[in-house]
Amino acid sequence: MNNLSNNALYHYLIGMADDALVLGQRTSEWCSRGPFLEEDIALSNVALDYVGRARMFYQYAADVEGLGRTEDELAYFRDEREFTNLLINELPNFDFAFSMVRQYFLDVNACLYLEKLSLSSDQHLSEIAAKAVKESRYHLKRSRTWLVQLGQGTEESNRRMQSAIDELWGYTPEMFIMTEAEASLLATQVSVDRKDLQQQWSATVTADVQEANLQIPDQQWQVVGGRDGDHSEHLGHLLAHMQILQRSYPGLEW
Amino acid sequence: MQQISLVTPEFAARRALRANSQCPHLWSVLDNVFDPELPHVTIWDLGILVDVHSLDSSRCKVVVSPTYSGCPAIDVISEDIVSALNSAGVQQVEVAVSLKPAWNTDLISPAGKAAMLKQGIAPPDKSVNCPLCGSGHTSVISQFGSTACKALYRCNDCLEPFDHFKEF
Repeated sequence: MNNLSNNALYHYLIGMADDALVLGQRTSEWCSRGPFLEEDIALSNVALDYVGRARMFYQYAADVEGLGRTEDELAYFRDEREFTNLLINELPNFDFAFSMVRQYFLDVNACLYLEKLSLSSDQHLSEIAAKAVKESRYHLKRSRTWLVQLGQGTEESNRRMQSAIDELWGYTPEMFIMTEAEASLLATQVSVDRKDLQQQWSATVTADVQEANLQIPDQQWQVVGGRDGDHSEHLGHLLAHMQILQRSYPGLEW
Repeated sequence: MQQISLVTPEFAARRALRANSQCPHLWSVLDNVFDPELPHVTIWDLGILVDVHSLDSSRCKVVVSPTYSGCPAIDVISEDIVSALNSAGVQQVEVAVSLKPAWNTDLISPAGKAAMLKQGIAPPDKSVNCPLCGSGHTSVISQFGSTACKALYRCNDCLEPFDHFKEF
Protein backbone atom coordinates (compact mmCIF):
# COMPACT_ATOMS: atom_id res chain seq x y z
CA MET A 1 0.00 0.00 0.00
CA ASN A 2 1.59 3.22 -1.09
CA ASN A 3 0.20 5.86 1.21
CA LEU A 4 -1.83 6.66 4.28
CA SER A 5 -5.08 7.52 2.54
CA ASN A 6 -5.00 4.24 0.61
CA ASN A 7 -4.45 2.47 3.90
CA ALA A 8 -7.50 4.19 5.40
CA LEU A 9 -9.59 3.39 2.32
CA TYR A 10 -8.57 -0.27 2.54
CA HIS A 11 -9.67 -0.51 6.18
CA TYR A 12 -12.89 1.35 5.44
CA LEU A 13 -13.73 -1.03 2.60
CA ILE A 14 -12.83 -4.11 4.64
CA GLY A 15 -15.21 -3.00 7.41
CA MET A 16 -18.11 -2.69 4.99
CA ALA A 17 -17.18 -5.93 3.22
CA ASP A 18 -17.02 -7.83 6.53
CA ASP A 19 -20.40 -6.39 7.58
CA ALA A 20 -21.94 -7.63 4.34
CA LEU A 21 -20.28 -11.04 4.29
CA VAL A 22 -20.98 -11.92 7.91
CA LEU A 23 -24.64 -10.93 7.69
CA GLY A 24 -24.99 -12.67 4.32
CA GLN A 25 -23.44 -15.88 5.65
CA ARG A 26 -25.53 -15.73 8.82
CA THR A 27 -28.77 -15.10 6.90
CA SER A 28 -27.99 -17.91 4.47
CA GLU A 29 -28.28 -20.33 7.41
CA TRP A 30 -32.04 -19.83 7.08
CA CYS A 31 -31.95 -21.49 3.65
CA SER A 32 -34.18 -24.61 3.87
CA ARG A 33 -35.18 -23.65 7.44
CA GLY A 34 -37.52 -20.71 6.69
CA PRO A 35 -40.98 -20.78 8.28
CA PHE A 36 -42.59 -21.36 4.86
CA LEU A 37 -41.39 -21.70 1.30
CA GLU A 38 -41.82 -18.11 0.11
CA GLU A 39 -40.14 -16.73 3.21
CA ASP A 40 -37.32 -19.24 2.83
CA ILE A 41 -36.71 -17.92 -0.68
CA ALA A 42 -36.89 -14.32 0.49
CA LEU A 43 -34.32 -14.92 3.23
CA SER A 44 -31.99 -16.63 0.76
CA ASN A 45 -32.36 -13.77 -1.70
CA VAL A 46 -31.50 -11.19 0.93
CA ALA A 47 -28.48 -13.27 1.92
CA LEU A 48 -27.40 -13.39 -1.70
CA ASP A 49 -27.65 -9.60 -2.04
CA TYR A 50 -25.31 -9.24 0.94
CA VAL A 51 -22.80 -11.74 -0.37
CA GLY A 52 -22.83 -9.89 -3.70
CA ARG A 53 -22.22 -6.62 -1.88
CA ALA A 54 -19.34 -8.20 0.05
CA ARG A 55 -17.74 -9.32 -3.21
CA MET A 56 -17.79 -5.79 -4.61
CA PHE A 57 -16.24 -4.31 -1.46
CA TYR A 58 -13.59 -7.06 -1.12
CA GLN A 59 -12.62 -6.81 -4.76
CA TYR A 60 -12.22 -3.07 -4.44
CA ALA A 61 -10.26 -3.47 -1.18
CA ALA A 62 -7.95 -5.98 -2.87
CA ASP A 63 -7.34 -3.53 -5.73
CA VAL A 64 -6.61 -0.70 -3.30
CA GLU A 65 -4.27 -2.88 -1.25
CA GLY A 66 -2.34 -3.70 -4.42
CA LEU A 67 -0.64 -6.82 -3.08
CA GLY A 68 -2.27 -9.14 -5.58
CA ARG A 69 -4.71 -10.64 -3.10
CA THR A 70 -8.17 -11.57 -4.40
CA GLU A 71 -11.66 -11.11 -2.97
CA ASP A 72 -11.66 -14.81 -2.03
CA GLU A 73 -8.39 -14.56 -0.14
CA LEU A 74 -9.76 -11.66 1.88
CA ALA A 75 -12.90 -13.62 2.70
CA TYR A 76 -11.37 -17.02 3.41
CA PHE A 77 -7.85 -16.44 4.69
CA ARG A 78 -8.24 -13.83 7.38
CA ASP A 79 -8.75 -14.82 11.01
CA GLU A 80 -11.46 -13.81 13.42
CA ARG A 81 -9.49 -10.95 14.96
CA GLU A 82 -8.90 -9.46 11.50
CA PHE A 83 -12.64 -9.21 10.81
CA THR A 84 -14.00 -5.76 11.63
CA ASN A 85 -17.75 -6.28 11.20
CA LEU A 86 -20.39 -4.94 13.56
CA LEU A 87 -21.24 -7.34 16.38
CA ILE A 88 -24.96 -7.25 15.59
CA ASN A 89 -24.24 -8.88 12.22
CA GLU A 90 -22.55 -11.93 13.72
CA LEU A 91 -25.12 -12.81 16.39
CA PRO A 92 -26.83 -16.16 15.76
CA ASN A 93 -30.25 -16.18 14.09
CA PHE A 94 -32.07 -17.53 17.19
CA ASP A 95 -35.70 -17.41 16.07
CA PHE A 96 -37.44 -15.75 13.12
CA ALA A 97 -38.42 -12.74 15.26
CA PHE A 98 -34.80 -12.13 16.23
CA SER A 99 -33.58 -12.36 12.63
CA MET A 100 -36.30 -10.00 11.41
CA VAL A 101 -35.74 -7.37 14.10
CA ARG A 102 -32.00 -7.42 13.38
CA GLN A 103 -32.68 -7.16 9.65
CA TYR A 104 -35.09 -4.29 10.23
CA PHE A 105 -32.61 -2.34 12.41
CA LEU A 106 -29.87 -2.87 9.82
CA ASP A 107 -32.12 -2.10 6.84
CA VAL A 108 -33.14 1.28 8.25
CA ASN A 109 -29.47 2.10 8.80
CA ALA A 110 -28.39 0.73 5.39
CA CYS A 111 -30.93 2.89 3.55
CA LEU A 112 -29.73 6.05 5.31
CA TYR A 113 -26.06 5.14 5.02
CA LEU A 114 -25.98 4.00 1.40
CA GLU A 115 -28.02 6.98 0.27
CA LYS A 116 -25.22 9.21 1.63
CA LEU A 117 -22.48 6.93 0.35
CA SER A 118 -23.92 7.14 -3.16
CA LEU A 119 -22.74 10.78 -3.07
CA SER A 120 -19.18 9.78 -2.14
CA SER A 121 -16.35 11.53 -3.97
CA ASP A 122 -14.93 8.07 -4.61
CA GLN A 123 -16.62 7.11 -7.87
CA HIS A 124 -16.47 3.36 -7.48
CA LEU A 125 -17.84 3.50 -3.93
CA SER A 126 -20.67 5.74 -5.07
CA GLU A 127 -21.54 3.26 -7.83
CA ILE A 128 -21.61 0.31 -5.42
CA ALA A 129 -23.77 2.30 -2.99
CA ALA A 130 -26.20 3.43 -5.71
CA LYS A 131 -26.76 -0.22 -6.60
CA ALA A 132 -26.96 -1.51 -3.04
CA VAL A 133 -29.33 1.17 -1.74
CA LYS A 134 -32.07 0.04 -4.09
CA GLU A 135 -31.77 -3.49 -2.75
CA SER A 136 -31.83 -2.28 0.85
CA ARG A 137 -34.99 -0.25 0.24
CA TYR A 138 -36.62 -3.43 -0.95
CA HIS A 139 -35.29 -5.40 2.04
CA LEU A 140 -36.69 -2.73 4.35
CA LYS A 141 -40.17 -3.03 2.87
CA ARG A 142 -40.20 -6.66 3.87
CA SER A 143 -38.50 -6.43 7.29
CA ARG A 144 -40.73 -3.51 8.26
CA THR A 145 -43.83 -5.45 7.23
CA TRP A 146 -42.77 -8.34 9.46
CA LEU A 147 -42.00 -6.00 12.36
CA VAL A 148 -45.51 -4.57 12.25
CA GLN A 149 -47.28 -7.82 11.42
CA LEU A 150 -45.63 -9.86 14.16
CA GLY A 151 -45.72 -7.01 16.66
CA GLN A 152 -49.47 -6.60 16.10
CA GLY A 153 -50.00 -10.35 15.73
CA THR A 154 -50.62 -12.84 18.51
CA GLU A 155 -49.54 -12.58 22.11
CA GLU A 156 -46.75 -15.05 21.36
CA SER A 157 -45.47 -13.23 18.24
CA ASN A 158 -45.55 -9.92 20.11
CA ARG A 159 -43.64 -11.42 23.03
CA ARG A 160 -40.94 -12.82 20.74
CA MET A 161 -40.54 -9.55 18.86
CA GLN A 162 -40.26 -7.60 22.10
CA SER A 163 -37.65 -9.95 23.50
CA ALA A 164 -35.67 -9.67 20.23
CA ILE A 165 -35.77 -5.87 20.46
CA ASP A 166 -34.64 -5.98 24.10
CA GLU A 167 -31.82 -8.36 23.24
CA LEU A 168 -30.60 -6.43 20.20
CA TRP A 169 -31.00 -2.88 21.41
CA GLY A 170 -27.61 -2.65 23.09
CA TYR A 171 -25.89 -3.68 19.86
CA THR A 172 -27.32 -0.81 17.81
CA PRO A 173 -25.12 2.08 19.06
CA GLU A 174 -22.12 0.45 17.39
CA MET A 175 -23.64 1.32 14.00
CA PHE A 176 -22.95 4.98 14.67
CA ILE A 177 -19.34 4.81 15.86
CA MET A 178 -16.74 6.20 13.48
CA THR A 179 -13.49 4.32 13.04
CA GLU A 180 -10.20 6.16 12.64
CA ALA A 181 -10.15 5.23 8.97
CA GLU A 182 -13.67 6.51 8.39
CA ALA A 183 -12.97 9.77 10.20
CA SER A 184 -9.83 10.40 8.18
CA LEU A 185 -11.75 9.92 4.92
CA LEU A 186 -14.45 12.42 5.85
CA ALA A 187 -12.46 15.49 4.83
CA THR A 188 -12.23 14.28 1.24
CA GLN A 189 -15.92 13.25 1.29
CA VAL A 190 -15.10 9.62 0.61
CA SER A 191 -16.79 8.25 3.74
CA VAL A 192 -20.05 9.02 5.52
CA ASP A 193 -20.41 10.46 9.02
CA ARG A 194 -22.29 7.72 10.87
CA LYS A 195 -23.05 10.01 13.80
CA ASP A 196 -25.21 12.18 11.52
CA LEU A 197 -27.53 9.26 10.88
CA GLN A 198 -28.29 8.30 14.46
CA GLN A 199 -31.06 10.79 15.09
CA GLN A 200 -32.99 9.89 11.96
CA TRP A 201 -32.48 6.19 12.59
CA SER A 202 -33.86 6.53 16.14
CA ALA A 203 -36.84 8.57 14.99
CA THR A 204 -37.78 6.08 12.26
CA VAL A 205 -37.29 3.03 14.45
CA THR A 206 -39.19 4.54 17.38
CA ALA A 207 -42.19 5.36 15.18
CA ASP A 208 -42.26 1.92 13.54
CA VAL A 209 -41.78 0.05 16.82
CA GLN A 210 -44.67 1.98 18.35
CA GLU A 211 -46.87 1.23 15.35
CA ALA A 212 -46.06 -2.44 15.90
CA ASN A 213 -47.37 -2.27 19.50
CA LEU A 214 -43.84 -2.80 20.77
CA GLN A 215 -41.64 -0.79 23.10
CA ILE A 216 -38.19 0.74 22.80
CA PRO A 217 -36.29 -0.54 25.84
CA ASP A 218 -35.07 2.03 28.32
CA GLN A 219 -31.94 0.12 29.25
CA GLN A 220 -28.70 1.96 28.60
CA TRP A 221 -26.22 -0.89 28.13
CA GLN A 222 -24.26 -1.23 24.93
CA VAL A 223 -21.71 -3.64 23.48
CA VAL A 224 -19.05 -2.52 21.01
CA GLY A 225 -15.73 -3.82 19.73
CA GLY A 226 -16.42 -5.44 16.37
CA ARG A 227 -14.64 -2.71 14.45
CA ASP A 228 -11.50 -3.38 16.54
CA GLY A 229 -11.67 -7.12 15.94
CA ASP A 230 -13.05 -7.88 19.41
CA HIS A 231 -15.88 -10.29 18.69
CA SER A 232 -18.47 -12.37 20.44
CA GLU A 233 -17.94 -16.13 20.67
CA HIS A 234 -20.23 -16.53 17.64
CA LEU A 235 -18.02 -15.16 14.86
CA GLY A 236 -15.34 -17.83 15.17
CA HIS A 237 -17.90 -20.59 14.63
CA LEU A 238 -19.39 -18.80 11.63
CA LEU A 239 -15.96 -18.35 10.04
CA ALA A 240 -15.01 -21.94 10.75
CA HIS A 241 -18.05 -23.14 8.79
CA MET A 242 -17.46 -20.68 5.99
CA GLN A 243 -13.70 -21.02 5.63
CA ILE A 244 -12.99 -24.68 6.26
CA LEU A 245 -13.13 -25.82 2.65
CA GLN A 246 -10.72 -23.17 1.36
CA ARG A 247 -8.42 -23.62 4.35
CA SER A 248 -8.32 -27.40 3.83
CA TYR A 249 -7.99 -27.24 0.05
CA PRO A 250 -6.59 -23.77 -0.80
CA GLY A 251 -7.66 -22.55 -4.23
CA LEU A 252 -10.34 -25.22 -4.62
CA GLU A 253 -12.93 -24.34 -7.26
CA TRP A 254 -16.37 -25.74 -7.93
CA MET B 1 -54.22 -8.71 -24.39
CA GLN B 2 -52.71 -6.15 -22.10
CA GLN B 3 -51.03 -3.13 -23.50
CA ILE B 4 -47.25 -3.08 -23.40
CA SER B 5 -45.84 0.17 -22.14
CA LEU B 6 -44.20 2.60 -24.53
CA VAL B 7 -40.47 2.97 -25.00
CA THR B 8 -38.76 4.42 -21.93
CA PRO B 9 -36.15 7.20 -22.33
CA GLU B 10 -33.58 4.81 -20.84
CA PHE B 11 -34.27 2.17 -23.47
CA ALA B 12 -34.35 4.80 -26.23
CA ALA B 13 -30.82 5.86 -25.19
CA ARG B 14 -29.62 2.26 -25.35
CA ARG B 15 -31.21 1.79 -28.75
CA ALA B 16 -29.47 4.94 -30.03
CA LEU B 17 -26.11 3.73 -28.68
CA ARG B 18 -26.56 0.44 -30.47
CA ALA B 19 -27.68 2.11 -33.70
CA ASN B 20 -24.52 4.23 -33.76
CA SER B 21 -22.20 1.34 -32.98
CA GLN B 22 -19.29 0.52 -35.30
CA CYS B 23 -19.90 -3.20 -34.88
CA PRO B 24 -23.61 -3.95 -35.44
CA HIS B 25 -22.77 -7.55 -36.34
CA LEU B 26 -21.45 -8.22 -32.82
CA TRP B 27 -24.63 -6.86 -31.26
CA SER B 28 -26.60 -9.20 -33.54
CA VAL B 29 -24.55 -12.17 -32.37
CA LEU B 30 -25.41 -11.26 -28.77
CA ASP B 31 -29.12 -11.24 -29.64
CA ASN B 32 -28.77 -15.00 -29.32
CA VAL B 33 -27.64 -14.85 -25.70
CA PHE B 34 -30.50 -15.27 -23.26
CA ASP B 35 -30.79 -14.71 -19.55
CA PRO B 36 -30.41 -18.16 -17.93
CA GLU B 37 -33.24 -17.45 -15.48
CA LEU B 38 -35.57 -15.98 -18.14
CA PRO B 39 -34.99 -18.28 -21.08
CA HIS B 40 -36.94 -16.20 -23.63
CA VAL B 41 -35.50 -12.79 -22.81
CA THR B 42 -32.17 -11.81 -24.36
CA ILE B 43 -29.51 -9.95 -22.40
CA TRP B 44 -30.08 -7.04 -24.78
CA ASP B 45 -33.82 -6.94 -24.05
CA LEU B 46 -33.25 -7.26 -20.31
CA GLY B 47 -30.88 -4.29 -20.28
CA ILE B 48 -27.91 -6.23 -18.92
CA LEU B 49 -25.94 -5.67 -22.13
CA VAL B 50 -24.48 -2.17 -21.86
CA ASP B 51 -22.01 -1.84 -24.72
CA VAL B 52 -19.93 -3.73 -27.29
CA HIS B 53 -16.56 -2.57 -28.61
CA SER B 54 -14.74 -4.19 -31.50
CA LEU B 55 -10.99 -3.88 -30.79
CA ASP B 56 -9.80 -5.54 -34.00
CA SER B 57 -10.95 -8.39 -36.22
CA SER B 58 -10.30 -11.03 -33.57
CA ARG B 59 -10.83 -9.14 -30.31
CA CYS B 60 -13.75 -7.39 -28.66
CA LYS B 61 -14.90 -6.09 -25.30
CA VAL B 62 -18.43 -6.51 -23.96
CA VAL B 63 -19.75 -4.46 -21.04
CA VAL B 64 -22.51 -5.89 -18.86
CA SER B 65 -24.32 -4.61 -15.78
CA PRO B 66 -25.73 -7.17 -13.30
CA THR B 67 -29.36 -6.90 -12.24
CA TYR B 68 -28.72 -7.45 -8.52
CA SER B 69 -25.44 -7.39 -6.55
CA GLY B 70 -25.72 -11.05 -5.71
CA CYS B 71 -27.14 -12.21 -9.04
CA PRO B 72 -25.60 -15.67 -9.50
CA ALA B 73 -26.47 -15.64 -13.22
CA ILE B 74 -23.84 -13.07 -14.16
CA ASP B 75 -21.02 -15.67 -14.37
CA VAL B 76 -23.09 -17.90 -16.65
CA ILE B 77 -24.05 -14.89 -18.77
CA SER B 78 -20.38 -13.95 -19.18
CA GLU B 79 -19.56 -17.50 -20.30
CA ASP B 80 -22.47 -17.49 -22.75
CA ILE B 81 -21.30 -14.17 -24.23
CA VAL B 82 -17.78 -15.49 -24.74
CA SER B 83 -18.96 -18.71 -26.33
CA ALA B 84 -21.45 -16.94 -28.66
CA LEU B 85 -18.77 -14.55 -29.92
CA ASN B 86 -16.17 -17.31 -30.20
CA SER B 87 -18.56 -19.27 -32.42
CA ALA B 88 -18.99 -16.15 -34.55
CA GLY B 89 -15.21 -16.01 -35.11
CA VAL B 90 -14.15 -13.50 -32.48
CA GLN B 91 -11.32 -15.27 -30.70
CA GLN B 92 -10.61 -12.99 -27.77
CA VAL B 93 -13.56 -11.68 -25.80
CA GLU B 94 -13.23 -9.60 -22.68
CA VAL B 95 -16.36 -9.24 -20.54
CA ALA B 96 -16.28 -6.24 -18.20
CA VAL B 97 -18.82 -5.75 -15.41
CA SER B 98 -19.94 -2.16 -14.98
CA LEU B 99 -22.12 -0.74 -12.23
CA LYS B 100 -22.87 2.43 -14.12
CA PRO B 101 -25.61 3.02 -14.91
CA ALA B 102 -27.00 0.93 -12.07
CA TRP B 103 -29.28 -1.59 -13.76
CA ASN B 104 -32.97 -0.81 -13.47
CA THR B 105 -36.19 -2.01 -15.05
CA ASP B 106 -36.52 1.12 -17.25
CA LEU B 107 -33.63 -0.30 -19.29
CA ILE B 108 -35.76 -3.27 -20.39
CA SER B 109 -36.99 -3.16 -24.00
CA PRO B 110 -40.68 -3.40 -24.96
CA ALA B 111 -39.83 -6.71 -26.66
CA GLY B 112 -38.35 -7.94 -23.38
CA LYS B 113 -41.54 -7.07 -21.52
CA ALA B 114 -43.63 -8.78 -24.18
CA ALA B 115 -41.47 -11.90 -23.90
CA MET B 116 -41.97 -11.97 -20.13
CA LEU B 117 -45.72 -11.69 -20.53
CA LYS B 118 -45.71 -14.54 -23.02
CA GLN B 119 -43.95 -16.69 -20.43
CA GLY B 120 -46.55 -15.91 -17.78
CA ILE B 121 -44.46 -13.33 -15.95
CA ALA B 122 -46.05 -9.95 -15.27
CA PRO B 123 -43.52 -7.39 -16.53
CA PRO B 124 -42.45 -4.40 -14.41
CA ASP B 125 -45.13 -1.75 -14.77
CA LYS B 126 -47.20 0.70 -12.79
CA SER B 127 -49.86 -1.91 -12.06
CA VAL B 128 -49.39 -5.64 -11.72
CA ASN B 129 -51.87 -7.40 -14.00
CA CYS B 130 -52.45 -11.14 -14.18
CA PRO B 131 -50.50 -12.43 -17.19
CA LEU B 132 -53.18 -15.10 -17.78
CA CYS B 133 -56.54 -13.34 -17.56
CA GLY B 134 -55.38 -9.72 -17.59
CA SER B 135 -57.15 -8.82 -14.36
CA GLY B 136 -55.67 -5.97 -12.34
CA HIS B 137 -57.18 -7.49 -9.20
CA THR B 138 -54.01 -9.14 -7.86
CA SER B 139 -52.23 -9.47 -4.52
CA VAL B 140 -48.68 -10.17 -3.43
CA ILE B 141 -47.87 -13.58 -1.93
CA SER B 142 -44.15 -12.99 -1.36
CA GLN B 143 -41.88 -10.06 -2.14
CA PHE B 144 -39.25 -12.48 -3.41
CA GLY B 145 -40.09 -15.07 -6.04
CA SER B 146 -38.04 -17.75 -7.76
CA THR B 147 -35.18 -15.29 -8.31
CA ALA B 148 -34.13 -12.00 -6.69
CA CYS B 149 -35.64 -10.02 -9.58
CA LYS B 150 -39.13 -11.49 -9.22
CA ALA B 151 -41.93 -11.34 -6.66
CA LEU B 152 -44.71 -13.89 -6.28
CA TYR B 153 -48.29 -12.72 -6.90
CA ARG B 154 -51.75 -14.24 -7.06
CA CYS B 155 -54.64 -13.26 -9.30
CA ASN B 156 -57.74 -12.69 -7.17
CA ASP B 157 -60.04 -13.36 -10.15
CA CYS B 158 -58.66 -16.47 -11.86
CA LEU B 159 -56.74 -17.50 -8.71
CA GLU B 160 -53.54 -18.35 -10.59
CA PRO B 161 -50.25 -17.62 -8.83
CA PHE B 162 -47.67 -15.91 -11.06
CA ASP B 163 -44.24 -14.29 -11.04
CA HIS B 164 -43.94 -10.52 -11.30
CA PHE B 165 -40.70 -8.99 -12.54
CA LYS B 166 -40.20 -6.30 -9.89
CA GLU B 167 -40.15 -2.64 -10.73
CA PHE B 168 -36.65 -1.64 -9.66
